[in-house]
Amino acid sequence: MITLGPIGFLAPWLLAGLSILPLLWWLLRAIPPAPLRRRFPAVLLLLGLEDKETSPDRTPWWLLLLRMLAVSTAIIAFARPVLNPTDRIPRHGPLLIAMDSSWASAQSWATRQAKLAEVLQYASQDGRPVAVVRLTDKPTADAPLAFADAETATARVDGLQPNAWSPDYAPWVAAVAQAEPFETLWISDGLARAGRAEFYKALSEKGAVSVSETGTVVLVLKSVTINDGMLAFSAARSSDSGERRFKLFVEGTDPTGIARVLARADGAFEEGATEAEIHLELQSELRNRVTRVAIDGIRSAGAVQLADDAIRHRSVALLGGVREQEGAALVSPLHFLRKALAPTADLFEANLADTLQSSPDVIVMADVAGPGEAETQEIVTWVEQGGHLVRFAGPRLVSSGIGQREEHPLLPVRLRPGGRSVGGAMSWGAPKMIEPFGPGSPFFGLKIPADVAVISQVVAQPDPDLAARVLASLADGTPLVTAKDLGNGRVTLFHVTANADWSTLPLSGLFVQMLERLVILSPAGGPDAAEIADTTWVPEKTLDGFGVLRPAAGFAGVDGARLAARDFGADMPPGIYADENRRVAVNAVDADTRIAPVSWPGGTAFVAMTPAEQPLQSWLLRAVLILLAADVIATLWIGGHLRSRGVVAGLALAFALAPMNAQAQAEKDILRAANNTVLAYVLTGDPALDEISDTGLTGLSAELYRRTSIEPITPVGVDAETDELSLYPFLYWPISDTQSPPGAKAVARINAFLRGGGMILFDTRDSNISGGSGAGTPNGRVLQSITRQLDIPPLEPVPHDHVLTRAFYLLQDFPGRYANAPVWVEAAPPNAERIEGMPFRNLNDGVTPVVIGGNDWASAWAIDESGRPIYPVGRGSAGERRREFAFRFGVNLIMHVMTGNYKSDQVHVPALLDRLGQ
Amino acid sequence: MTRLIALAPAALRAEAEAQAAGFPGLLAQASRLAATLSPGAHGRRRAGPGDQFWQYRPAVAGDARQRIDWRRSAGADSHFVRQMEWQNRKAVHFWIDSSASMAYRSSDKLPAKGVRTRVLGLAIAILLARAGESFGLMQDPEPPRSGRGQVTRMAMRLAAAGERDDYGVPPGKDMTTGSRAVFISDFLGDWNRLPAALGQSAAQRVQGCLIQVLDPAEEAFPFDGRTIFESMTGAVRFETRRAGTLRDDYLKRLAARKDALRQFARKTGWIFMTHHTDRPTRPALMWAYNALSKVSL
Repeated sequence: MITLGPIGFLAPWLLAGLSILPLLWWLLRAIPPAPLRRRFPAVLLLLGLEDKETSPDRTPWWLLLLRMLAVSTAIIAFARPVLNPTDRIPRHGPLLIAMDSSWASAQSWATRQAKLAEVLQYASQDGRPVAVVRLTDKPTADAPLAFADAETATARVDGLQPNAWSPDYAPWVAAVAQAEPFETLWISDGLARAGRAEFYKALSEKGAVSVSETGTVVLVLKSVTINDGMLAFSAARSSDSGERRFKLFVEGTDPTGIARVLARADGAFEEGATEAEIHLELQSELRNRVTRVAIDGIRSAGAVQLADDAIRHRSVALLGGVREQEGAALVSPLHFLRKALAPTADLFEANLADTLQSSPDVIVMADVAGPGEAETQEIVTWVEQGGHLVRFAGPRLVSSGIGQREEHPLLPVRLRPGGRSVGGAMSWGAPKMIEPFGPGSPFFGLKIPADVAVISQVVAQPDPDLAARVLASLADGTPLVTAKDLGNGRVTLFHVTANADWSTLPLSGLFVQMLERLVILSPAGGPDAAEIADTTWVPEKTLDGFGVLRPAAGFAGVDGARLAARDFGADMPPGIYADENRRVAVNAVDADTRIAPVSWPGGTAFVAMTPAEQPLQSWLLRAVLILLAADVIATLWIGGHLRSRGVVAGLALAFALAPMNAQAQAEKDILRAANNTVLAYVLTGDPALDEISDTGLTGLSAELYRRTSIEPITPVGVDAETDELSLYPFLYWPISDTQSPPGAKAVARINAFLRGGGMILFDTRDSNISGGSGAGTPNGRVLQSITRQLDIPPLEPVPHDHVLTRAFYLLQDFPGRYANAPVWVEAAPPNAERIEGMPFRNLNDGVTPVVIGGNDWASAWAIDESGRPIYPVGRGSAGERRREFAFRFGVNLIMHVMTGNYKSDQVHVPALLDRLGQ
Repeated sequence: MTRLIALAPAALRAEAEAQAAGFPGLLAQASRLAATLSPGAHGRRRAGPGDQFWQYRPAVAGDARQRIDWRRSAGADSHFVRQMEWQNRKAVHFWIDSSASMAYRSSDKLPAKGVRTRVLGLAIAILLARAGESFGLMQDPEPPRSGRGQVTRMAMRLAAAGERDDYGVPPGKDMTTGSRAVFISDFLGDWNRLPAALGQSAAQRVQGCLIQVLDPAEEAFPFDGRTIFESMTGAVRFETRRAGTLRDDYLKRLAARKDALRQFARKTGWIFMTHHTDRPTRPALMWAYNALSKVSL
């Protein structure tokens, strides 16, 4: 084999054929073209004329060139060229494969795995010991680089997953230093990072290091913030070349708690820019529901931002006692509250009735005397449903005398009449300082500025349960902030005014922090390190390397300081963390993250990530065919035969025929589908899977024809993006992990299909491994991503009295190629009741829009042209019986699609018989 | 390739009518009015047999009673006789070549020479009919006639015409002295046969015009490469290796042929013109109008 740059030839001696090209040139040149016959009436005038030149007419040079090109391409093609020939030199000695395995590599993880598998295969052929390490893991203490034979490592390749954080090279430098010499292949994620150079040095001290990178541009979503009421997203990329467009989707829960895409946004990196800002206007209703924002089509934790309270604006209603005087802003009871709350909350001020109607998250009452009886009851109801009432004391509260004799429902404690003043001109003692907050207080950890002093307050009666209700107190132990739970809500009382009359507290930053702690305010930015130190946080949900949110289980609590330092690891992955009353999202990437391509030291050996030889012969032979066809046309043209309209029309027709046929076919299909019953399946783009769907529905159609009055014709495959779905009563949708979620147009079309009474049978085809839950398997995740946007009602496993169990056959389970996995249908209405004397409940009216399962029904139904089943189901006669039941399920399913709840209507039979007097 | 473009008579006539529309009546001036001439529709400026009103004259003794124009006479005391203008006619003979070579066209966008020839000839005939002249095809044994019926007859003859010979020669026909003749052809046939045929007409003291209709390809010779040229029937062949080198010689010969025709026309008092099928027909028709007016001077 010889190689020329990236191209190698497997049969190079054939290239010697190129030496005959000059000969060919001379020959082709010498042969005159065939004479042309022309009718010409004036031929008589020509008779007797002599040819002046004796040399024959030449073939035109460009035609010669075309022919030479065709011949030389053919010669090169037969020399079997390959692109990127693997010129592998067998080596020995241990090989370390270090993978960055960060979120940045998740974007092209499959390529990395393929490369890893290839390298391991060669290593296993050479018999080299291999160690595969993920640098995002911490090196194990005893044997950080456990070299073993390559087969062992190969078995692990498929299970290797990227982590959602960046590698820490420091411990690995130490681990590597102790090892024996080895060679290294570093599968890098291509991002510059501190410590990379040191690690490279440590590796090269042990032996040759080669680096493999994908060259994929890494896209990250750095932050989601609220800016002037707009959601602002900040994205970054690792390379600044070229313009790059991308899409974001904003995910959140709908009122029923189901995750949906709330909005989409388009963004673009300008040429030469590595950062992009996107703004999206979203109603605050929707904005408060946002849970996750991600860049579409990029599977990486870096392209995902989890949203926490930071982008959630609480609606806060302010109620002041009296009409404010114009110009007296600083003494207004609401002034300081407005200033503190306005940046991060949706404030509004209205009368009490309107306020309650708009059901705010928090109502703040500044020095309001007790509301009337009826109003009090309304507020109590609101609080009991989860509202948070925050009250500030003041002269009017004191003078109204409420909550003094017995505990008022809207005050956390009983108050003493009169209150007290300290440190004033007419009183003894100095103004009181605030006692440092104890560990049980929500304000624990807040620093108390020295200049905060209280000169007046209302004082709580020392009731038995007072101590439990105190959140903050003064240095002399009198309560400053008290709270009590009321139903699902809470009532909090500041024993001072909300203006600076009674204390300097509203003038200090502590005031804002305290409001924040009371979850009145959204914390701005991430958790402050000092603020959350010494608190313990537990992950609720964690982010994996691909940016998928998973429920967290088995994690110990994490110290707040570590959380703030974003020191990720296996015991602290990015995700959503909660302490008692707060939730913060800790993302893999934050606003301070800088991404830049790594610059390797000079002389680094690179190994191509995309493997492998690509044979070029077929492409070249195709080129030869095209060239020869061009030669035919050119020869015809030179000979003047192309002038005739017929030839041109024929050529044009040949080129135009194929697409025209397709068009005509589509028209025909629509007519056929409209005039007949046609079962349809969704084209997945995977020919093998589509073949299974096609043969499966063919088998089911045949059985339906044989057994029932439903007589479907040949099934068709549909593409939801382009095809009209309303022609089909039923769609079979097999899931494969290569599918992508449908586009907006397709979603609209599918939703219209579902609303119009169509049914989709989703088949994850993996209940043999998923056990039916489907959530954990790759196909299950794809199903989730597909159905997230669809209009799908709550689901439940098929209840024993669902009409599917008796639409045609009496069935209790629904096997396909696999069995014993539950099948999910639309949940029964909660008020479905069983009528006395009837075996069935009166369940859903109408057809369940989706049936979801994983039993791979199409394989069980599939028949070949002679009507024999194609795929094995189970073993022996038991397997055949299961296939029979699979068909029965199919028959029941289509019957259900066609007849709806017809069989359920039997519940009315007793009533009908009764009415008939039988 | 003896395929002749056959036109339906109605279509041919319609096209010719379209070409003839808008022209004033063609009145060839008759300078010498011999009694032997078959009279054309030319006013003799004196009373005689004819269709056109000439004058009323007072009735004299000897006038038959039925010749008195009673309407005119009723307006006066005396009787009047209505006199007509004396008219005579002239005959025009057409030779419209319909041999195989006339079926040639170098491009689909052009009409065949034969089609153009017939349209032109028939257009002239229609002008003549409008002027009241008599006319006829030379290959017709019957003498020329006048009127629109003759146009229709001629159109039908032309539509059906088509000869197997490569090149056409005007047929000999006895023409009365002083008639006019219009010969339309490509005149690309054997030169030796042409002067004799044309001379026969000249000898009968017939004057007229020669219209040579050529395809642009015959004028430009846009050929190159190894080519076998064939006449339309394939009877004559000529092979060349590089047609392009022959162009100059061919053009010289073509010019010589035209020159010979022109010389011949001048000697016999005829008028010669060349018309190309890629040119509009109307100028040629205009030319023929003028030509038929002038030849008799």
